[in-house]
Amino acid sequence: MTTRLCADAAEAVAGIQDGATVLVGGFGMAGMPVALIDALIRQGAEDLTIVSNNAGNGDTGLAALLAERRVRKVICSFPRQSDSYVFDALYRAGEIELEVVPQGTLAERMRAAGAGIGAFYCPTGVGTPLAEGKETRVIDGRAHVLEYPIRGDVALIGAHRADRMGNLVYRKTARNFGPVMATAATLVVAQVREVVEIGGIDPETVVTPGIYVDRVFVDQVLEDRVSQEARAC
Amino acid sequence: MAALVAADIPRGAFVNLGIGLPTLVADHLAADSGVVLHTENGMLNMGPAAHGEQIDPDLTNAGKVPVTELPGASYFHHADSFAMMRGGHLDICVLGGFQVSAAGDLANWHTGEPDAIPAVGGAMDLAIGARRVFVMMTLFTKTGEPKLVPRCTYPLTGLACVDRVYTDHAVFELGARGVVVRETFGMGVEELAERLEVPLSGFASAEPGRDEA
Repeated sequence: MTTRLCADAAEAVAGIQDGATVLVGGFGMAGMPVALIDALIRQGAEDLTIVSNNAGNGDTGLAALLAERRVRKVICSFPRQSDSYVFDALYRAGEIELEVVPQGTLAERMRAAGAGIGAFYCPTGVGTPLAEGKETRVIDGRAHVLEYPIRGDVALIGAHRADRMGNLVYRKTARNFGPVMATAATLVVAQVREVVEIGGIDPETVVTPGIYVDRVFVDQVLEDRVSQEARAC
Repeated sequence: MAALVAADIPRGAFVNLGIGLPTLVADHLAADSGVVLHTENGMLNMGPAAHGEQIDPDLTNAGKVPVTELPGASYFHHADSFAMMRGGHLDICVLGGFQVSAAGDLANWHTGEPDAIPAVGGAMDLAIGARRVFVMMTLFTKTGEPKLVPRCTYPLTGLACVDRVYTDHAVFELGARGVVVRETFGMGVEELAERLEVPLSGFASAEPGRDEA
Protein backbone atom coordinates (compact mmCIF):
# COMPACT_ATOMS: atom_id res chain seq x y z
CA MET A 1 0.00 0.00 0.00
CA THR A 2 1.07 3.56 -0.62
CA THR A 3 3.01 5.23 2.16
CA ARG A 4 0.98 7.79 4.08
CA LEU A 5 2.55 11.06 5.18
CA CYS A 6 1.11 11.76 8.63
CA ALA A 7 0.28 15.28 9.75
CA ASP A 8 1.10 14.56 13.38
CA ALA A 9 2.53 11.88 15.64
CA ALA A 10 -0.93 10.83 16.90
CA GLU A 11 -1.93 9.89 13.35
CA ALA A 12 1.36 8.05 12.94
CA VAL A 13 0.66 5.69 15.87
CA ALA A 14 -3.14 5.46 15.48
CA GLY A 15 -4.60 1.97 15.70
CA ILE A 16 -1.88 0.28 17.75
CA GLN A 17 -3.76 -2.34 19.75
CA ASP A 18 -3.46 -3.55 23.32
CA GLY A 19 -1.20 -6.60 23.48
CA ALA A 20 0.74 -5.59 20.34
CA THR A 21 4.37 -6.52 19.77
CA VAL A 22 6.18 -3.28 18.96
CA LEU A 23 9.68 -3.22 17.45
CA VAL A 24 11.43 -0.01 18.49
CA GLY A 25 14.55 1.10 16.60
CA GLY A 26 17.58 2.89 17.96
CA PHE A 27 20.79 2.08 19.76
CA GLY A 28 20.98 4.35 22.75
CA MET A 29 19.57 7.61 21.43
CA ALA A 30 20.95 7.18 17.90
CA GLY A 31 17.99 6.33 15.68
CA MET A 32 15.54 6.27 18.58
CA PRO A 33 12.07 7.38 17.40
CA VAL A 34 11.38 9.43 20.51
CA ALA A 35 8.42 11.40 19.09
CA LEU A 36 6.68 8.17 18.09
CA ILE A 37 7.22 6.62 21.52
CA ASP A 38 5.84 9.77 23.16
CA ALA A 39 2.83 9.53 20.84
CA LEU A 40 2.36 5.86 21.77
CA ILE A 41 2.32 6.88 25.44
CA ARG A 42 -0.48 9.37 24.69
CA GLN A 43 -2.26 6.87 22.43
CA GLY A 44 -2.83 4.52 25.33
CA ALA A 45 -2.17 0.96 24.07
CA GLU A 46 -1.15 -1.32 26.92
CA ASP A 47 0.02 -4.87 27.65
CA LEU A 48 2.70 -4.32 24.99
CA THR A 49 5.72 -6.46 24.13
CA ILE A 50 8.61 -4.18 23.24
CA VAL A 51 11.47 -5.45 21.09
CA SER A 52 14.46 -3.10 21.16
CA ASN A 53 18.18 -3.24 21.82
CA ASN A 54 17.84 -1.60 25.24
CA ALA A 55 15.10 -1.24 27.81
CA GLY A 56 15.02 2.53 28.15
CA ASN A 57 17.27 5.19 29.64
CA GLY A 58 16.54 7.99 32.07
CA ASP A 59 12.92 9.11 32.23
CA THR A 60 12.07 9.69 28.58
CA GLY A 61 11.21 7.57 25.55
CA LEU A 62 10.97 3.84 26.27
CA ALA A 63 11.62 4.41 29.97
CA ALA A 64 8.56 6.69 30.13
CA LEU A 65 6.42 4.03 28.41
CA LEU A 66 7.65 1.46 30.94
CA ALA A 67 6.98 3.84 33.84
CA GLU A 68 3.36 4.11 32.67
CA ARG A 69 3.08 0.31 33.19
CA ARG A 70 2.13 -0.23 29.59
CA VAL A 71 4.70 -2.90 28.81
CA ARG A 72 4.24 -6.55 29.75
CA LYS A 73 7.47 -7.87 28.30
CA VAL A 74 10.75 -6.58 26.91
CA ILE A 75 12.82 -8.55 24.41
CA CYS A 76 16.26 -6.96 24.15
CA SER A 77 20.01 -7.61 24.25
CA PHE A 78 21.10 -5.12 26.89
CA PRO A 79 18.56 -3.91 29.48
CA ARG A 80 21.05 -2.95 32.17
CA GLN A 81 22.64 0.47 31.79
CA SER A 82 23.81 3.15 34.16
CA ASP A 83 20.50 5.00 33.82
CA SER A 84 18.03 2.16 33.19
CA TYR A 85 16.52 2.61 36.66
CA VAL A 86 12.90 2.50 35.47
CA PHE A 87 13.34 -0.94 33.92
CA ASP A 88 15.56 -2.14 36.79
CA ALA A 89 12.91 -1.32 39.41
CA LEU A 90 10.08 -2.99 37.46
CA TYR A 91 12.22 -6.08 36.82
CA ARG A 92 13.31 -6.46 40.43
CA ALA A 93 9.68 -6.06 41.54
CA GLY A 94 8.71 -8.88 39.15
CA GLU A 95 6.42 -6.53 37.24
CA ILE A 96 7.93 -6.95 33.80
CA GLU A 97 9.05 -9.97 31.78
CA LEU A 98 12.48 -9.98 30.17
CA GLU A 99 13.85 -12.09 27.33
CA VAL A 100 17.54 -11.42 26.78
CA VAL A 101 18.72 -12.21 23.24
CA PRO A 102 22.28 -11.85 21.92
CA GLN A 103 22.38 -8.67 19.85
CA GLY A 104 23.18 -10.34 16.55
CA THR A 105 20.56 -13.02 17.11
CA LEU A 106 18.01 -10.31 17.92
CA ALA A 107 18.73 -8.63 14.58
CA GLU A 108 18.77 -11.92 12.67
CA ARG A 109 15.49 -13.14 14.20
CA MET A 110 13.82 -9.97 12.90
CA ARG A 111 15.61 -10.32 9.56
CA ALA A 112 14.24 -13.86 9.33
CA ALA A 113 10.72 -12.62 10.02
CA GLY A 114 11.04 -9.99 7.32
CA ALA A 115 12.55 -12.42 4.83
CA GLY A 116 10.02 -15.21 5.31
CA ILE A 117 12.45 -17.63 6.94
CA GLY A 118 10.79 -20.17 9.25
CA ALA A 119 13.73 -20.50 11.68
CA PHE A 120 17.50 -20.71 11.48
CA TYR A 121 20.42 -22.47 13.17
CA CYS A 122 22.86 -20.05 14.76
CA PRO A 123 26.18 -20.75 16.53
CA THR A 124 25.79 -17.82 18.93
CA GLY A 125 25.00 -18.75 22.53
CA VAL A 126 25.75 -22.48 22.32
CA GLY A 127 26.62 -23.78 25.79
CA THR A 128 25.35 -20.64 27.53
CA PRO A 129 22.23 -20.03 29.64
CA LEU A 130 20.60 -18.29 26.65
CA ALA A 131 20.51 -21.57 24.71
CA GLU A 132 18.90 -23.58 27.51
CA GLY A 133 15.79 -25.41 26.36
CA LYS A 134 16.49 -24.67 22.71
CA GLU A 135 16.96 -27.31 20.03
CA THR A 136 20.59 -27.68 18.98
CA ARG A 137 22.17 -29.40 16.02
CA VAL A 138 25.75 -30.01 14.93
CA ILE A 139 26.28 -28.70 11.40
CA ASP A 140 29.69 -29.08 9.74
CA GLY A 141 31.17 -30.09 13.09
CA ARG A 142 29.91 -27.02 14.90
CA ALA A 143 26.99 -26.80 17.34
CA HIS A 144 24.14 -24.44 16.46
CA VAL A 145 20.99 -23.31 18.28
CA LEU A 146 17.60 -23.18 16.56
CA GLU A 147 16.26 -19.63 16.63
CA TYR A 148 12.77 -18.51 15.62
CA PRO A 149 11.78 -15.25 13.92
CA ILE A 150 10.55 -12.21 15.85
CA ARG A 151 7.71 -10.52 14.01
CA GLY A 152 6.21 -7.24 15.12
CA ASP A 153 2.66 -6.00 14.81
CA VAL A 154 4.22 -2.55 14.62
CA ALA A 155 7.71 -1.15 14.03
CA LEU A 156 8.58 2.37 15.15
CA ILE A 157 11.86 3.46 13.60
CA GLY A 158 13.91 6.61 13.18
CA ALA A 159 15.43 7.54 9.81
CA HIS A 160 17.08 10.65 8.39
CA ARG A 161 15.09 11.41 5.26
CA ALA A 162 12.10 9.98 3.39
CA ASP A 163 10.58 10.70 0.03
CA ARG A 164 6.84 10.60 -0.58
CA MET A 165 7.13 6.96 -1.72
CA GLY A 166 8.39 6.05 1.76
CA ASN A 167 11.95 5.32 0.60
CA LEU A 168 14.29 5.92 3.52
CA VAL A 169 17.88 6.91 4.06
CA TYR A 170 19.54 6.86 7.45
CA ARG A 171 22.48 8.77 8.84
CA LYS A 172 25.70 7.24 10.23
CA THR A 173 25.26 4.77 13.11
CA ALA A 174 21.65 5.89 13.62
CA ARG A 175 20.84 3.30 10.93
CA ASN A 176 21.34 0.38 13.37
CA PHE A 177 18.10 -1.68 13.71
CA GLY A 178 15.91 0.50 11.46
CA PRO A 179 16.30 -1.32 8.13
CA VAL A 180 15.78 -4.75 9.69
CA MET A 181 12.77 -3.74 11.79
CA ALA A 182 11.21 -2.07 8.74
CA THR A 183 10.96 -5.50 7.10
CA ALA A 184 9.63 -7.36 10.12
CA ALA A 185 6.34 -5.72 11.16
CA THR A 186 2.80 -5.49 9.81
CA LEU A 187 2.62 -1.72 10.34
CA VAL A 188 5.86 0.23 9.86
CA VAL A 189 6.07 3.84 11.00
CA ALA A 190 9.15 5.95 10.32
CA GLN A 191 10.01 9.17 12.11
CA VAL A 192 12.21 11.28 9.84
CA ARG A 193 13.81 14.71 9.83
CA GLU A 194 12.57 15.66 6.41
CA VAL A 195 10.44 14.46 3.53
CA VAL A 196 11.48 15.22 -0.03
CA GLU A 197 9.52 14.96 -3.25
CA ILE A 198 9.49 11.78 -5.32
CA GLY A 199 12.83 11.66 -7.12
CA GLY A 200 14.50 13.63 -4.34
CA ILE A 201 16.49 10.61 -3.15
CA ASP A 202 18.99 8.99 -5.49
CA PRO A 203 17.63 5.43 -6.00
CA GLU A 204 21.19 4.07 -5.60
CA THR A 205 21.31 5.36 -2.03
CA VAL A 206 17.91 4.15 -0.78
CA VAL A 207 18.47 1.87 2.23
CA THR A 208 14.86 0.96 3.05
CA PRO A 209 12.66 0.80 -0.05
CA GLY A 210 9.21 2.32 0.41
CA ILE A 211 7.45 -1.04 0.03
CA TYR A 212 8.22 -1.67 3.69
CA VAL A 213 7.08 1.69 5.03
CA ASP A 214 3.41 2.40 5.82
CA ARG A 215 3.54 5.78 7.53
CA VAL A 216 6.03 8.63 7.69
CA PHE A 217 6.06 11.39 10.24
CA VAL A 218 8.38 14.43 10.19
CA ASP A 219 9.55 15.31 13.69
CA GLN A 220 10.18 19.05 13.82
CA VAL A 221 11.84 18.89 17.22
CA LEU A 222 14.35 16.38 15.98
CA GLU A 223 14.89 18.47 12.87
CA ASP A 224 15.78 21.47 15.04
CA ARG A 225 18.39 19.44 16.89
CA VAL A 226 20.25 18.49 13.77
CA SER A 227 23.21 20.70 13.00
CA GLN A 228 23.63 22.56 9.74
CA GLU A 229 26.40 20.18 8.83
CA ALA A 230 24.17 17.18 9.38
CA ARG A 231 21.53 18.57 7.04
CA ALA A 232 24.08 18.80 4.29
CA CYS A 233 24.72 15.04 4.28
CA MET B 1 48.29 -4.35 28.64
CA ALA B 2 46.58 -2.27 25.97
CA ALA B 3 49.93 -1.48 24.35
CA LEU B 4 50.80 -5.19 24.21
CA VAL B 5 47.52 -6.07 22.55
CA ALA B 6 47.94 -3.23 20.07
CA ALA B 7 51.45 -4.46 19.19
CA ASP B 8 50.06 -7.95 18.47
CA ILE B 9 47.39 -6.77 16.04
CA PRO B 10 48.61 -7.39 12.49
CA ARG B 11 48.71 -4.52 10.04
CA GLY B 12 45.50 -4.03 8.14
CA ALA B 13 43.42 -6.30 10.39
CA PHE B 14 39.68 -5.82 10.87
CA VAL B 15 39.21 -5.56 14.62
CA ASN B 16 36.39 -5.08 17.11
CA LEU B 17 37.33 -3.67 20.51
CA GLY B 18 34.84 -4.53 23.25
CA ILE B 19 33.56 -2.12 25.87
CA GLY B 20 35.80 -1.46 28.91
CA LEU B 21 39.53 -2.27 28.97
CA PRO B 22 39.68 -3.24 25.26
CA THR B 23 38.64 0.29 24.25
CA LEU B 24 42.07 1.47 25.44
CA VAL B 25 43.80 -0.56 22.71
CA ALA B 26 42.78 2.01 20.09
CA ASP B 27 45.04 4.64 21.69
CA HIS B 28 48.06 2.39 21.12
CA LEU B 29 47.52 1.54 17.47
CA ALA B 30 50.07 3.24 15.23
CA ALA B 31 48.58 5.85 12.91
CA ASP B 32 49.89 3.92 9.89
CA SER B 33 48.82 0.47 11.16
CA GLY B 34 46.00 0.28 8.64
CA VAL B 35 43.90 -1.48 11.30
CA VAL B 36 40.20 -1.02 10.58
CA LEU B 37 38.02 -0.81 13.67
CA HIS B 38 34.54 -2.34 13.53
CA THR B 39 31.81 -1.23 15.89
CA GLU B 40 28.85 -3.60 16.13
CA ASN B 41 26.29 -0.82 15.97
CA GLY B 42 27.10 -0.58 12.30
CA MET B 43 30.36 0.95 11.20
CA LEU B 44 33.79 0.09 9.80
CA ASN B 45 36.81 2.38 10.05
CA MET B 46 35.65 4.08 13.19
CA GLY B 47 37.82 6.99 14.35
CA PRO B 48 38.73 8.24 17.83
CA ALA B 49 36.26 9.62 20.38
CA ALA B 50 34.57 12.87 19.33
CA HIS B 51 35.06 16.06 21.29
CA GLY B 52 33.40 19.48 21.25
CA GLU B 53 31.97 20.36 17.86
CA GLN B 54 32.78 16.90 16.48
CA ILE B 55 30.06 15.35 18.65
CA ASP B 56 27.22 14.05 16.51
CA PRO B 57 24.30 12.20 18.18
CA ASP B 58 24.02 10.00 15.07
CA LEU B 59 27.60 8.73 15.39
CA THR B 60 28.45 6.61 18.43
CA ASN B 61 30.34 3.45 19.25
CA ALA B 62 28.90 0.31 20.85
CA GLY B 63 29.32 1.93 24.27
CA LYS B 64 27.12 4.82 23.03
CA VAL B 65 30.11 7.18 23.25
CA PRO B 66 30.29 9.81 20.45
CA VAL B 67 33.04 8.90 17.98
CA THR B 68 34.37 10.09 14.63
CA GLU B 69 34.69 8.49 11.21
CA LEU B 70 37.91 7.97 9.26
CA PRO B 71 38.20 8.30 5.48
CA GLY B 72 36.93 5.09 3.91
CA ALA B 73 34.41 4.45 6.68
CA SER B 74 31.19 2.59 5.91
CA TYR B 75 27.85 2.22 7.65
CA PHE B 76 25.52 -0.81 7.69
CA HIS B 77 22.56 -2.11 9.65
CA HIS B 78 22.66 -4.45 12.62
CA ALA B 79 21.92 -7.70 10.78
CA ASP B 80 24.80 -6.99 8.38
CA SER B 81 27.08 -5.97 11.23
CA PHE B 82 26.62 -9.27 13.04
CA ALA B 83 26.69 -11.28 9.82
CA MET B 84 30.19 -9.83 9.43
CA MET B 85 31.15 -11.45 12.74
CA ARG B 86 29.43 -14.80 12.46
CA GLY B 87 30.49 -15.09 8.84
CA GLY B 88 34.15 -15.05 9.90
CA HIS B 89 35.05 -11.75 8.26
CA LEU B 90 36.37 -10.06 11.39
CA ASP B 91 40.03 -10.93 12.08
CA ILE B 92 40.19 -10.19 15.80
CA CYS B 93 37.99 -9.10 18.63
CA VAL B 94 39.28 -8.01 22.01
CA LEU B 95 36.94 -8.61 24.94
CA GLY B 96 36.96 -8.14 28.69
CA GLY B 97 36.52 -11.19 30.90
CA PHE B 98 35.30 -12.32 34.32
CA GLN B 99 36.77 -15.80 33.79
CA VAL B 100 38.49 -17.77 31.04
CA SER B 101 38.88 -21.55 31.26
CA ALA B 102 41.89 -23.56 30.16
CA ALA B 103 39.80 -24.83 27.25
CA GLY B 104 39.11 -21.25 26.12
CA ASP B 105 35.56 -20.93 27.47
CA LEU B 106 34.72 -17.31 28.22
CA ALA B 107 32.48 -15.85 30.94
CA ASN B 108 32.11 -12.09 30.67
CA TRP B 109 28.43 -11.11 30.71
CA HIS B 110 26.75 -12.21 33.91
CA THR B 111 27.93 -12.68 37.48
CA GLY B 112 25.16 -15.21 38.09
CA GLU B 113 24.03 -13.38 41.22
CA PRO B 114 20.29 -13.79 41.73
CA ASP B 115 19.42 -10.08 41.66
CA ALA B 116 21.74 -9.22 38.77
CA ILE B 117 19.91 -8.11 35.64
CA PRO B 118 21.27 -10.14 32.72
CA ALA B 119 22.51 -8.05 29.79
CA VAL B 120 24.55 -9.66 27.03
CA GLY B 121 24.70 -7.11 24.21
CA GLY B 122 26.96 -8.35 21.42
CA ALA B 123 29.40 -10.32 23.59
CA MET B 124 28.20 -13.80 22.62
CA ASP B 125 28.16 -12.98 18.91
CA LEU B 126 31.68 -11.53 19.07
CA ALA B 127 33.04 -14.41 21.14
CA ILE B 128 32.06 -17.07 18.62
CA GLY B 129 32.20 -14.94 15.48
CA ALA B 130 35.61 -13.29 15.27
CA ARG B 131 38.37 -15.44 13.79
CA ARG B 132 40.56 -14.82 16.83
CA VAL B 133 39.44 -13.73 20.29
CA PHE B 134 41.78 -11.92 22.66
CA VAL B 135 40.68 -11.36 26.26
CA MET B 136 42.06 -8.55 28.45
CA MET B 137 41.57 -8.92 32.19
CA THR B 138 43.37 -8.79 35.51
CA LEU B 139 44.68 -12.28 36.34
CA PHE B 140 43.22 -12.24 39.85
CA THR B 141 40.06 -10.87 41.42
CA LYS B 142 40.29 -8.18 44.08
CA THR B 143 40.23 -10.99 46.67
CA GLY B 144 43.05 -12.88 44.93
CA GLU B 145 41.04 -15.61 43.16
CA PRO B 146 42.44 -16.60 39.76
CA LYS B 147 40.34 -15.63 36.73
CA LEU B 148 42.11 -18.13 34.47
CA VAL B 149 40.45 -21.29 35.74
CA PRO B 150 40.04 -25.02 35.00
CA ARG B 151 36.27 -24.49 34.48
CA CYS B 152 34.28 -21.26 34.52
CA THR B 153 31.86 -20.94 37.43
CA TYR B 154 30.13 -17.85 36.02
CA PRO B 155 27.53 -18.26 33.24
CA LEU B 156 29.30 -18.73 29.89
CA THR B 157 29.49 -16.30 27.00
CA GLY B 158 31.00 -18.79 24.55
CA LEU B 159 32.57 -22.25 24.43
CA ALA B 160 36.23 -22.79 23.48
CA CYS B 161 36.41 -19.39 21.80
CA VAL B 162 39.37 -17.59 23.45
CA ASP B 163 42.74 -17.73 21.69
CA ARG B 164 44.82 -15.51 23.93
CA VAL B 165 44.54 -13.91 27.38
CA TYR B 166 46.35 -10.66 28.24
CA THR B 167 46.65 -10.06 31.97
CA ASP B 168 48.62 -7.81 34.30
CA HIS B 169 50.99 -10.69 35.18
CA ALA B 170 51.32 -12.70 31.96
CA VAL B 171 50.06 -13.37 28.45
CA PHE B 172 48.66 -16.85 27.82
CA GLU B 173 48.08 -18.63 24.53
CA LEU B 174 45.22 -21.15 24.58
CA GLY B 175 44.95 -23.96 22.06
CA ALA B 176 45.80 -27.55 21.23
CA ARG B 177 48.90 -27.39 23.44
CA GLY B 178 46.85 -26.32 26.44
CA VAL B 179 47.71 -23.10 28.27
CA VAL B 180 51.05 -21.78 27.07
CA VAL B 181 52.71 -18.88 28.87
CA ARG B 182 53.78 -16.42 26.21
CA GLU B 183 55.36 -13.77 28.40
CA THR B 184 55.34 -12.72 32.04
CA PHE B 185 55.61 -9.41 33.86
CA GLY B 186 57.21 -9.53 37.30
CA MET B 187 55.76 -12.90 38.25
CA GLY B 188 57.81 -15.99 37.25
CA VAL B 189 56.33 -19.04 35.56
CA GLU B 190 56.85 -21.11 38.73
CA GLU B 191 54.87 -18.65 40.83
CA LEU B 192 52.16 -18.50 38.16
CA ALA B 193 51.95 -22.31 38.16
CA GLU B 194 51.63 -22.22 41.92
CA ARG B 195 48.87 -19.63 42.04
CA LEU B 196 46.83 -20.94 39.11
CA GLU B 197 44.94 -24.24 39.15
CA VAL B 198 45.38 -24.74 35.42
CA PRO B 199 48.33 -26.73 34.07
CA LEU B 200 50.75 -24.46 32.22
CA SER B 201 52.54 -26.17 29.38
CA GLY B 202 55.81 -24.70 28.26
CA PHE B 203 56.89 -21.15 27.65
CA ALA B 204 56.61 -19.54 24.26
CA SER B 205 58.72 -16.48 23.60
CA ALA B 206 56.67 -13.53 22.53
CA GLU B 207 57.30 -11.78 19.31
CA PRO B 208 54.92 -8.88 19.51
CA GLY B 209 53.72 -7.61 16.20
CA ARG B 210 54.87 -10.68 14.33
CA ASP B 211 51.60 -12.56 14.37
CA GLU B 212 50.37 -13.89 11.11
CA ALA B 213 47.35 -12.06 9.85
